[in-house]
Amino acid sequence: MLDYVIPLCLAMMGLALVLTLARMIKGPDLPDRILALDTLYINAIALLVLFGVWLDTGLYFEAALLIAVMGFIGTVAVAKYLLRGDIIE
Amino acid sequence: MNSWIEALVALFLLAGSLFALIGAIGLYRLPDFFMRLHAPTKSTTLGVGGMVIASLIYFSSRGDGLSLHELLITLFLFITAPVSAHMLAKAALQQKVRLSDKTHGRPWEQ
Amino acid sequence: MKARRWFPQPLLSLSLLVVWMLLANDFSLGQCLLGALLGWVIPLVTEVFWINPPRVDKPFKLCLFFLRVLGDIVVANLEVARLILNPKAEMRPAFVEIPIELEDELALTMLASIISLTPGTVTADMSDDRKTLLVHALDVADEARLIRDIKTRYEAPLLEVFACSTT
Repeated sequence: MLDYVIPLCLAMMGLALVLTLARMIKGPDLPDRILALDTLYINAIALLVLFGVWLDTGLYFEAALLIAVMGFIGTVAVAKYLLRGDIIE
Repeated sequence: MNSWIEALVALFLLAGSLFALIGAIGLYRLPDFFMRLHAPTKSTTLGVGGMVIASLIYFSSRGDGLSLHELLITLFLFITAPVSAHMLAKAALQQKVRLSDKTHGRPWEQ
Repeated sequence: MKARRWFPQPLLSLSLLVVWMLLANDFSLGQCLLGALLGWVIPLVTEVFWINPPRVDKPFKLCLFFLRVLGDIVVANLEVARLILNPKAEMRPAFVEIPIELEDELALTMLASIISLTPGTVTADMSDDRKTLLVHALDVADEARLIRDIKTRYEAPLLEVFACSTT
């Protein structure tokens, strides 16, 4: 059963990533683009966990955790830059 | 693997990716920035949550003992997602992004 | 009083132990001891850095509260999914100002985070005197009801859990 369900889920996640990417290109404001980037990394985490189940390996867990950490720092840094014009004051 | 467990894993995977997709549709479709801000909270909570629960059940049922470390991802996202949403909202308030005409009430000026 | 000195923050110690066990993904006695050691040493070493450490009076009540919040998140998710997928849905977005009584920093952060995590409401800002939260909601039929819901469902239990810090 999982052989059929996981490709379907992968397709759904891919579509989600494409929609988010479209929003990132479309804008219209800078916060919109950062928000799209934020959603993109969260969806990437979900995709990686799904991929780990598909390949039957626990290796991808570390990558997902790292993306969670790095993505958060990235979003906060870019939002702070937008807010203050500087990241570390 | 037991077919019941397999069905449960499939159910959670489908629910997770469905919610992530709905979040992305919302991000694409909603008219103004503050309304779009609600979309990622959906993917964060139930999207990643569903995937993580599915992965947890799947790896725990393989017979190599309990595997709970996927919960860390959800824990971390639950702590960080509100913070980044708050930073983005502050930046948007400062930049005075265009609001939908239907919005009731106005943000204060500080 | 002696226990307080050796375990400045029991809850922090416990959560460090749990996070260590999850990270190691190994529930053997050795990892358990190592996690317990970390949970004991880290609060002792970092005790100096806490300006006013949070005091949780009723940890059990806090756990029950988190479970209820999880349930609320699922319900709110379904609600927002309906709003997004229905092309004819009439959305009434609004900025709502919510007066708050909490004073403890951790409790305030928790309240703001919970409001943001529930789909449909996002904390946008907090006033400088920490008395009002600016919340953006996706679909508000009745502002007074939203304010009352947040105050009774989320703020009241937090006030109770962090009881001694607000007096």
